Formats: sequence, C-alpha cells, structure tokens
Amino acid sequence: MENQQSPWKILGLTDSEYQEIIKGLGREPNITELGMFSVMWSEHCAYKNSKPLLKLLPSKGPNVMQGPGENAGVLDIGDGLALVMKIESHNHPSAVEPYQGAATGVGGIVRDIFAMGARPVVLLDSLRFGPLNTDRTNYLFEQIVAGISDYGNCIGVPTVGGETYFANCYQRSPLVNALCAGIADISKLQTGKASGIGNPVLIVGATTGRDGIGGASFASQELGENAEEKLPSVQVGDPFLEKLLIEACLEAYETGYVVAVQDMGAAGITSSASEMASHGNVGMELDLDKVPLRAEAMTPFEILISESQERMLLVVEKGKEDIVKQIMKKWGLRAEVMGHITDDQMMRIYQHGHMVAEVPAHLLADGAPQYVREGVPPKNLEQLRVLEIPSLALPEDFNAAFLSVLSAPNVASKSWIYQQFDHTVRTDTVIKPGMDAALVRIKGKKQAVAFTTDCNSIYCFLDPYEGAKDAVVEAARNLSMVGAVPIGITDCLNFGNPEDPVVYWQMKRCVEGIRDACEALNIPVISGNVSLYNETENGPIYPTPVIGCAGLLEDVSLFCTNSFKDEGDIIVLLGEDKGEMGGSEYIQQQYGLVKGVPPKADLAMEGELQDCVRTLIKSNLIKSAHDVSDGGLAVCLAECAMGGQKGFVADIETEERSDVALFSESQSRCILSVEAEALHDVLGMASTFNIPAHVLGSVEGKSVVININGREIINVPLEECMRHYDQGLLWSMNGI
Amino acid sequence: MKKFGIIVLPGSNCDSDCFYAVRDYLEQDAEYVWHEENNLDRYDVLMIPGGFSYGDYLRPGALARFSPAVQNLVKEAEKGKLIIGICNGFQILTELGLLPGALMRNKNLKFICKHVTLKVEKVCAPFTSRLRVGQRISLPIAHKDGNYYASDAVLEELNRNEQILLRYDEDVNGSVQGIAAIISKEGNVLGMMPHPERACDSMLGNTDGMYIFGSVLDYLTKRGQ
Repeated sequence: MENQQSPWKILGLTDSEYQEIIKGLGREPNITELGMFSVMWSEHCAYKNSKPLLKLLPSKGPNVMQGPGENAGVLDIGDGLALVMKIESHNHPSAVEPYQGAATGVGGIVRDIFAMGARPVVLLDSLRFGPLNTDRTNYLFEQIVAGISDYGNCIGVPTVGGETYFANCYQRSPLVNALCAGIADISKLQTGKASGIGNPVLIVGATTGRDGIGGASFASQELGENAEEKLPSVQVGDPFLEKLLIEACLEAYETGYVVAVQDMGAAGITSSASEMASHGNVGMELDLDKVPLRAEAMTPFEILISESQERMLLVVEKGKEDIVKQIMKKWGLRAEVMGHITDDQMMRIYQHGHMVAEVPAHLLADGAPQYVREGVPPKNLEQLRVLEIPSLALPEDFNAAFLSVLSAPNVASKSWIYQQFDHTVRTDTVIKPGMDAALVRIKGKKQAVAFTTDCNSIYCFLDPYEGAKDAVVEAARNLSMVGAVPIGITDCLNFGNPEDPVVYWQMKRCVEGIRDACEALNIPVISGNVSLYNETENGPIYPTPVIGCAGLLEDVSLFCTNSFKDEGDIIVLLGEDKGEMGGSEYIQQQYGLVKGVPPKADLAMEGELQDCVRTLIKSNLIKSAHDVSDGGLAVCLAECAMGGQKGFVADIETEERSDVALFSESQSRCILSVEAEALHDVLGMASTFNIPAHVLGSVEGKSVVININGREIINVPLEECMRHYDQGLLWSMNGI
Repeated sequence: MKKFGIIVLPGSNCDSDCFYAVRDYLEQDAEYVWHEENNLDRYDVLMIPGGFSYGDYLRPGALARFSPAVQNLVKEAEKGKLIIGICNGFQILTELGLLPGALMRNKNLKFICKHVTLKVEKVCAPFTSRLRVGQRISLPIAHKDGNYYASDAVLEELNRNEQILLRYDEDVNGSVQGIAAIISKEGNVLGMMPHPERACDSMLGNTDGMYIFGSVLDYLTKRGQ
C-alpha cells in the first residue's frame, strides 16, 4: 500500500530504479529531480528494454556518417551532400487525441532532421488502425490523416509515401510512425554535443506551457481503460511556428556560430539539455526564470518536463548570441539565453535565485538501468502456424475473389489518404505516392534519393523473425524497383509490453530478423525509435517493426515506375513462387483466417534479384518493374495494368492450386514489362544473375486476363478493377 | 532579362518553387522579396507564392494582406505591373481586394493534392496567349481553401468582362462556376489556385505550367520592344 503511494511509483519508476538514483546522487532526489529522472529514465527516452537488443543491429557502412545516437542518422550521398533520416512513433498520443497526436508526431520528427543541419525534404507515414467501419476507428483514421495533413502541408515538406494497414489488434492502439529525411551540405551538419565552457544556451521558439507534461512517461505505459485521462500528456502543435523555426534555424547555422543544437521533444528541456551536456562531456547551468512561459505559476518540475512543441535548444558561441537572436527575431521568434555551459558535467537548475536541481548529466541522460529479459514464444504459435490449404474450398467465382482482395483496405489504393497530403510541393517529387517507392530529385544534382516504409505485421505475428526479414527485404526491393540502391535503414519498432515474455520474445526475434536481412543485403541501420507498451486490455499489437529505407539513384534520368507502358510489351516474372499462403491477404479475405507460415525470404536470392533489376533499369532494358507483395501475383499484375491504363493477358504454368498460384505472397519476385526486342537481353541478364525468369504474357486490351495452365481463371475489365481498387478504402469506411 | 520578385511571407512555402520555375525554366531573373520590403519598383512581375502565410490563422490571406510588401501591391497594380498570386497568393489577392470574390474551404472540407484538368476560358495577353480557348491543360492543385465564391452580381461582371481564364473541368472543390483562375478588370493581376510553378519540368511529368509563364514572358518581351 505504502509503495503504491510513493512518488517515484506514481511517476513510473520502480523501487530498484529509485535506489539507483539515490546511489548515483549520494542522496535522495528532491521532487524536481525525481521528475527529471522519471522522464529521462522512462522507456521512451532511455530504451531500457530495447538498448541491449538494438546493439545487435549493424550500423556501419561505407555511406554512414552518423549512426544511432544523434538526433538522426546521416548518410553520405556524394557531391558533398548528406542525407539525414529518422523515423519516430507517436502512437500513444494519437490513441488519445488523434489529430494533435499525429500532427505533433510530424512536428517532432521534422525537428530532429533540421536539428542536424539539414533541410527537411520528405515525410513518409506508416499507419496502423483497427478495421474500418466502427465509429471510433473511422474517427481515429480520419483525424490522424487530418493531423498529418494539416501539419505537413503547412510546413511545406511533401509527404511522398508510407503505408497503411488495418487489423484488429490496432483497434484501440493505432500506430502513427512518421519518417522525415533531409538534405544537408556535409560542411553544414550540426551536432547535439554541447561544448565550449561559458557558451550561452538559448531556448528558441514557442513558449513553454503545461501541455505534454510527462508525455514520455505516458508513452511508456499500456493504454488503460481511462487512457483519456492522459489528455494533458498530449501536446498541441503549431505548424506555422515550426515552419518559422525551420527557416530561422537553417539561417542561424549559416552564421557558423551555432555550436550545438537539439530539438525539444520527449521530456522537453530536461532531455535536450542533459543529453547535449552528457554527449559533450560538459555541464550546464540553467535559469528557469529566463524560459518564456505561456502559463502562470509553473513549477520547476513542470517547466523542466513540459513537452510544449516547436522549441529548440541552441548552444551558441559566446559573444555571438545577439546575432543569433537577431535572426530569430527576423522570423518573429523568441530566443532567450537561459544558461551556459560549465566544465563539471553537472546539470544545475535555478529558479528565483535558488538551485532547484543538481544532477550529473551522465546519470540523467545515460544512467538508466538496462533490462535483458527472458523471452518465450507464445503457447499457441504452433497452432497458429497450421494452415491446411487442401481443407479450404476453392472459390466458386475467381473474379469475385480477386476483386475482394483488390478492394481489401490493406491492398486497395491509398489515394484517399495521400491526396490529403501535399506531395508535389518543393517540385522534386519524381515518383509520387502509390508506387513501390517515392523518388525525390535534388535540384542541380545528378543523383536522386528514394524512400519507402514497409512492414507486414501479420507475417511478424506468425513468425517475428521471418516477418522482420520480409519487412527489410521488401523495403529494399521497393527501392530497387525504381532503380535505387538501398543505402540505409531507419526502423521504428512497435511492440506491446516488454515485461511480457512473449512480447520480449517477439522483439528479440524481430531484431534478429532485421539484423540478418540487413547483413545479407549490406544495409546499415542508421537511426530508429522504439515504441513499447502498445497494448490495451485486449492484448498487445502484432509485432510491428516498421522499416524505413532510403536508396540512392546515381542518375535521376534512369528511374523506373511500376506501370505498364505500351501495348505489345512482354510481361516477365522474375523469381519463383513457393506457394506461401500463410498470413496472406487472400487467406484473410476469402476465409477470414490469420494463420499459417508466412513467406520466408531467401536472402542470397533476394540480393541477386534486386541487383538484377537495378542493372536492367540502368541498362534501359525494361519499361516497368513492380515487386510482388500483398495480394500476390494477381494483385501485382493488376497494379501494373491500372497504373498504365493498359490491360494484359498472362498465362501461368503451375502445379499448384489456382488460388495459390494467384495469391501466394512468396518474396523475391517482381513483374517486368519489356519491349519485344529487348526480351532476349532481359532473359540473358536474369540468367547471369541466376534468377528464374518466365514470360507470362503481354500488355494488350482493356482487361485483366489471367489463364492458368491454358484455362482462363480471371477476366475482369480494367475499369472494374480500378473501381474496386480506387474505392476499396472508402467502401470499407462506409461498411460497404 | 525580366525581373520577377517573389514575395516571401512568414509561412510561404512555394517561394522556392516559383524561384526555380522562373530561373531554371523561364530563364529569367528571380529574386526573393522579404515581406517587409516597401519598394517594389525594380520588378517587372511580382508573385505571391503558395503556402500558409501566418499559418492561415483567422482565414487564409487575412493577415498577410497587412504585410508592407503586399500593401504595396495595390500601388504597383495601379501602375499596370503584372501581379501573379498562386494558391495562398490568390487568397491574399482577394483579401487585399485586388481580385473579387473569396476562397472558402473545399467542399469536402479536406486538403486536396492532385492533378486536375482545366479548361481554357479566355485567351489573352499577358497570361494565356500561348493557349487557345477550349484547350484542356493539366495542373497540380494543393489546397484546403480553394472553393471560389462570389456573389451573383460579381459573377456576372466577371463573365461580362471576360475575367475568368481557367475553369475546372469537373467539380474539384466546389468553386462556383468551376472558377480556377481569374484576372482583374484591368487584366494585369492574376489569381489562380492551381500551381503552374509545379508543372514546368518534364521530369516531374507535366510542363503545362509553362503555358502561363511563357505567355507572361511573351507579353513582357513584346512590351519591351
């Protein structure tokens, strides 16, 4: 009873963590200090449960300039340019207040990018919801999309891609993962390491209020029945202020007087100040009286952990603070000197002339205990993985079965979503949303960068190791389909409560899957985010390790899209079907089952396939390329056809059941379209790479026609396909 | 070389798109004009780019109209200078009173980003001379408040004076009479919701924006002779 009342427990710290704090300080913390520890030692800030696992991931590579540990990862993309990238979750706030939760998720990740000295150039969003057509899910869905739309559009950063999935487990735990990437001159990159004894510390941007108090701790707990009581933990965003902050900070960096910079995200001033001090091996003295406040009578505790948005902390060269303040003023922003750098690695916080906290920066920022737990597979796993295809009746009407997969919300066009996002601003979006990957050029340069996010969490649920591998290879494959070489990953690991051994086992197996796939394909993980405790009374979400991947295309004029181009072109399938139906969209749609063994990626074959496609694109031998994923071969072919407004006739020779041949989701496959004259060369190239290649048919007519072993199985007019594909999401929202 | 001044307001976000369209595709001088600038004499054309000036607070364009540079547009317009407001720029021009009508929230209450087909209603110097009446062009739109509204009296005047340059081919955002672009009575001020500056480069799949910018250049060149 007494323990439940103890202040550290109310703030989310365990007894043993409290003892660690006492040991580190040599005394009991006061309430302000305890508040600082409670947010900094939360799972959200300290990665207590995930750090040991994250160390497994490869983070080095020829392009890597900055791996995990800074505000964002950095890749060298040639010509003196750096690509800065990170993905971050904003799941818990979005579950409670979807509009602001999603909006501030975008705001936060954008600040991480320009804190590194880069101009943010793209956003992607990976979203998960419960099945549509309940009032609550439709509300969450519409509000989360609106929040992203209003924030991203206002700041003028195009949202060029992402993914959206629907499954029961996300009903009350929606996932909002936002990825931002930016481009910087390598010489202008900034750091979060504070330095220079006596240098002033400036707080810049919005005023500090009571919004978002304890958000980091909130995000480190399960969402209970009364989650809405946590509304004060949700921040409120002002995208206009963010836009000014982007421009003002980029202008301030140009002076060369900014020594270090960090955005204020989770845990507010406490986190940005102590992390900057800890990483720079210095201390800081901060005067809370200098912090511009938007609420009256705020306590030091509140000021220190407020998560008011659109604020940055800058360390500036001594004597140059007025120059930086002048730039901020030009953009209508406040900047106040709130402290300075000291040499003793202590954080000392003052208010009204009294010291209210005195804590070692290292202890606060990097001293949280780490937990290595025991994981066990779920008891029902073996049973879940059983899927007896022969026991399932074949559909009577294959056209209907095909259209139901095509209009399933996980497969159907996401244009209802991405038309609400400005994806053409900045006039650099070469490949727009709705394709395998987005391609973004860099004005005045030859190279371009490609982006995608991927994760099939049903695969991960049925086999976390193989599912995570699939997520990595699919992300890389999507980039290869446009011609880009995958060069770096940012991952957002969304799981349930890690104290549950099953959840911990899922985490561990997912991380191992990511590791093995990254090592095989030679792609480093340069940044990321972990979001745990995504669960409600109904249990945890599916393990959802979202993979954001960036690719480099050496010559922007040599890109490829997925749509069929010209009548008469030959359709070629690269790769081999292994008849893998576990976790497939078809099995869900046709039989209502989430079962079976998910597709198993052959990593060596995958690497060769991707290399082969990139080489074909570079040699200008193919007209389109599209990877086979959700919905299998049938959906893949239909997407190529709909994209190009061209029908086709394809013949599949197989010994499998017709539905398996059509809808199996085996990895390492893609559909190409090729001019007849180039066919010989394309097949030759495939055999050089040891990739099986089959000519399936040709681009012709105005219908989707698929024959199996000479018998027509699917024949649907293109218009009918488009109607199902384009309207599927809307039908689902309206319960049609 | 003609000089295009692109007004940068707090919250403008298509300023650089306009800049590159003018510099790289129209191959003319482009210059940013900070919103506090009072002297706009040196520009042949003034552009108000898209974006969310002042965060669209109150309503789009309502605050930006008080910026010194924007206030000065009234004087420049009277001198006959070409003024182009795109998206938020169009909204600002209506708030400023240089163009009639208002832009309300889209009919579906959502932001819409896509390519739309536009029908050329009127061919005239200086903005549409490279087009022909009835021609269909495609331009991207990206706005939440593009639903053009004007009273019947104003609409009648717009039609009578042939001030409507472009109409949406289908109902995109609820705009009355499908109005997508209008000019002032004198013909030197253009406001349009679609983004011609986003459609100047074949790599991005559409160069129809050059019809508008090219017409402007033809006009300036002829006038200069």
